[in-house]
Amino acid sequence: MWVLTNVPRAKKRPPEGARVARRGVVTRYRAWVRHHRASAADSLLKILDHPVSSMLTWLVVGIAMALPVSLMLTLDNLRGLEGSVADEASLSLFLAESVDTAAARALAQTISERDDVAGVRYHSRDKALEEFREQSGFADIIDGLGSNPLPHLLLVTPRDRTSVAASEDLAAALSGLPAVAEVVVDSAWLRRLQGLLAVGERIVLTLALLLSMGVVLILGNTIRLAIENRREEIRVVRLVGGSNAFVRRPFLYTGLWYGVGGGVAAAMLTALGLWSLGGPVSALAAAYDAEWSLSGLGIVGSCQLVLAGGVLGLVGAWVAVSRHLRAVEPA
Amino acid sequence: MISFERVSKRYDNGHDALREVSFDVNRDELVFLTGHSGAGKSTLLRLIMLMEQPTRGRVVVNGNDLSRIGRRGVPAHRRGIGVVFQNHRLLFDRPVFDNVALPLTIAGYDDREVGRRVRAALDKVGLLDHERAMPVTLSGGEQQRVGIARAVVGRPPVLLADEPTGNLDPALSAEIMQLFADFARVGLTVLIASHDLSLISRLRHRIVTLREGRLVGTH
Repeated sequence: MWVLTNVPRAKKRPPEGARVARRGVVTRYRAWVRHHRASAADSLLKILDHPVSSMLTWLVVGIAMALPVSLMLTLDNLRGLEGSVADEASLSLFLAESVDTAAARALAQTISERDDVAGVRYHSRDKALEEFREQSGFADIIDGLGSNPLPHLLLVTPRDRTSVAASEDLAAALSGLPAVAEVVVDSAWLRRLQGLLAVGERIVLTLALLLSMGVVLILGNTIRLAIENRREEIRVVRLVGGSNAFVRRPFLYTGLWYGVGGGVAAAMLTALGLWSLGGPVSALAAAYDAEWSLSGLGIVGSCQLVLAGGVLGLVGAWVAVSRHLRAVEPA
Repeated sequence: MISFERVSKRYDNGHDALREVSFDVNRDELVFLTGHSGAGKSTLLRLIMLMEQPTRGRVVVNGNDLSRIGRRGVPAHRRGIGVVFQNHRLLFDRPVFDNVALPLTIAGYDDREVGRRVRAALDKVGLLDHERAMPVTLSGGEQQRVGIARAVVGRPPVLLADEPTGNLDPALSAEIMQLFADFARVGLTVLIASHDLSLISRLRHRIVTLREGRLVGTH
């Protein structure tokens, strides 16, 4: 106890500095954890002390993060659409007029045995004419024709349905067959969609990179202001023996909390946007007779977003702290 | 405990703040450092705190040659020194208790030990019933005593004070000086920079006088 009367000229007492230094690893670890906990709580309380300005910071970070994330979600949803379209992608093989039914069936069999073919459907010319007569309303004219002008049709489904290149390779191979008059690959628009998706992906990536840098700078500036506001405290802490890590810690936690809050805001903004789009999209899908709905971030994605926010906040705080703390030397 | 050996300090602008200063302060001793403003008192204290490095000569504190302490060793060195400032330098956004607890928090003591030691230090300076008060509500003398409690709460072997009575009336000043004398009696090494000659010459302690960076007298 620090009571003078209890310490009558304590000559033999070891210097306190030495006593502190001799404390064990466990004690020092406990102290370290304690300060981490205290810094985390203190910086969170300081942020919550100014709800309006903190909310604004969170919102700014949230918007900057929500923008690339929602674009990425749009791309993901389009890619899902592409997959469902590719499922129906097939090659249409129009056979030569000279090929009769038996030869057509035989050819269908041969093609279906190829490794790169998933299946072949045979459409006979008679059936095609029948369907045409019913659906077109030109029955009289068709009946007036002496012979069936339509060719036999083989619908070939490639094994690799998602790759445009694979179906085009297959088309090239099949068009070489003598019995095949013409091969139609309806993949041009699919190819364009894939191209657009690739460009979109690059744009989203660039945007995400730029906006991440923006978030780091915004939070770095916020932390710089926090350092300015606490100059005297930092000086005093340094004078009474606070290490750089000790001085740095609360500011790193401040950055972390701003980043995490921004991530939460971003997840909420994204969910909000998705929810507002949900109605119109399902109406649109219904109009196309399609079973298709928007997929959002999900729990895991949202957690990742919050985590990413935290990382950006830490990075921003680290940049600010390493640039500005050195300038606050005790005077 | 504190030893200066032919220490000189020249600042970048060419000003010689200290010239060939040599003196020792022993354990249990209270030494006053005096001289006009600009005589080098603050520079001398700054050298002990490792806020500056001497241009020439050697400073030894607590048995450590300060020139051997690297940047990383500075915080640990400062934890072994209690400092009292003229303008107190309290943190006005937190109560007295938290101000005094700061060195212990830095050193990593647990809450129980912090509470015990802070109350002991506040008791010593007579402010035990003010631990929840905010510093602005205290008088100048009380604020200075909080500063002193913060300086001694970590039980450092060395205590420095830079004009600790600069803003106080004579009666309060004498009281504060008596506190420092008490600390010297229980084993601290105390060095006080002060230009209040009328006060310190009445107290029977060694006085080291600086003039234009030179040591001109020690008695």
